[in-house]
Amino acid sequence: MQNSLLASLKEHQNKLLAEWSKLLQASGSTDGSTEEEESKEFASLLLDALKHSNGNADSDEFENVYDLLVGISSSRGRRGFSPRENAQYLIAFKEAASKILSEMESDPSKLYSANLELSKLLDNMAILTFESYMKGREEVISRQIDEISEISTPVIRVWDGIVALPIIGTLDSSRTQVVMENLLQQIVDTGSSIAILDISGVPAVDSLVAQHLIKTVSATRLMGAECIISGIRPEIAQTVVHLGIDLTGIITKASLASALQTAFDMLQLTVVKRKITN
Amino acid sequence: MERIPILKMGDFLLVTIQVDLYDQLAENLESDLINAIKKNNSKGVLIDISAVSIIDSFMGRILGNIAVMSKIMDAQTVVVGMQPAVAITLVELGLSLNGVISALNVEKGMDLLRSKMYNGDKEEQAYDDSSR
Amino acid sequence: MTTAADKEELFIAKEQDVVPLRNLVKEYGVKIGMGILNQTKLITATSELVRNLLKYGGGGRVIIESVTNGRDFGVRVVFIDKGPGIKDINLAMQDGYSTGKSLGLGLPGTKRLVNEFDIQTELGNGTTVTIIKWKNG
Repeated sequence: MQNSLLASLKEHQNKLLAEWSKLLQASGSTDGSTEEEESKEFASLLLDALKHSNGNADSDEFENVYDLLVGISSSRGRRGFSPRENAQYLIAFKEAASKILSEMESDPSKLYSANLELSKLLDNMAILTFESYMKGREEVISRQIDEISEISTPVIRVWDGIVALPIIGTLDSSRTQVVMENLLQQIVDTGSSIAILDISGVPAVDSLVAQHLIKTVSATRLMGAECIISGIRPEIAQTVVHLGIDLTGIITKASLASALQTAFDMLQLTVVKRKITN
Repeated sequence: MERIPILKMGDFLLVTIQVDLYDQLAENLESDLINAIKKNNSKGVLIDISAVSIIDSFMGRILGNIAVMSKIMDAQTVVVGMQPAVAITLVELGLSLNGVISALNVEKGMDLLRSKMYNGDKEEQAYDDSSR
Repeated sequence: MTTAADKEELFIAKEQDVVPLRNLVKEYGVKIGMGILNQTKLITATSELVRNLLKYGGGGRVIIESVTNGRDFGVRVVFIDKGPGIKDINLAMQDGYSTGKSLGLGLPGTKRLVNEFDIQTELGNGTTVTIIKWKNG
């Protein structure tokens, strides 16, 4: 349905823009000059769309408006605007437009239907900005998750035949999977027969974390290597016993140094101080 | 019928599994291997599974069976070259293959077999020290 | 919500049929870029369920599909048999339970390998097991 009132809003574009920027200034959800160009383009595109689309919100003209809006809201997001402020940006436009409409038309029923249609359209757009904001955030988060899991599982070759993996942070099941995969792959690649898993950087060990550790040890043994768990702090030893977790059958050491010593013993290596002979 | 070849190498038997296992094939391997131990009077069995991309509970059980059966026939079984993904999957499945001894690769598996054999017999170890 | 894209169906009547099925499942995993560990878990789960299909259901159909839930891609495998069904489903899902001569790791162990596991059974009318493994699951 063509709403002639909305279509003719285009003729009042400049007035609308002025009104909009006034409202934006008042609400504080603008940063001035950077925005002016964007806003001008947005208003012009939207009003064009209203003029030519015959009120069909799925038409090509509106597609362009949506694309632009997604661009604007993500750039506003980067400039530090909250999603609330992005919504206010559109609400201010609605307010400005409805003010202009009431100046153009005095028949309440016509005015009402124009306002209703405008509301519907802009509310839809506000939802769109929320969605694109969320999507942007989710992309950032998933990228960070990838980065974290990559940097947080470094496998270090400490000696010929010995690899060590310091775990920092909480050990959940998806992280355990990454840890296991990396550790086992390194064992294969380096032909190491001993792996040291240092948990000094794990804040707490509950039964679930312990289960993950036990799984890692079992998988290492299945491959034909031995796994030593080091970095058992006193409070970890306490919780393990209080929770009734069975760690017998797993070699545990208080420090990485003593784990390394044990590994040397297993490989029948001795570290001796060099005698200085003249 | 399809069968997995068993090679004799001195006191040892070497099995390299190069094909996708299914249940019947694994069962055949179990009986063939036990018979070969008897026939050759073998002291050790090396099963190379580095080319095996999946091991489920049935094949895991067969591996366990072979280890125990060979043990009571006085032959030590070592499984070598398990893929990391296979090891993690077995653990997740709840199968830890107790009784199965593993090694990273064929070379380490051989060393392990020799040390197991000769540690059991101190006299033999005395003059066979070069092999370790 | 999960929507399906590609789809293929295989009939499983004998043990050897598991080999092409595994390859097909792997193909579907590779197609969506699934990592080697998740592929292995999925194929192992498939292998377990096919054994049940043959042993208790006397064979049946297996449907493989690529699916998406909007955020992630995955592979869904459905096992349909017209066997006698499972009498006590809760018992069958317990760790260590088995009626056959296996280890009794079957169903609960398989469930741990995949992200979604659903079993529908009716005495005398067969069993349908549906599993999904997500690419990043």
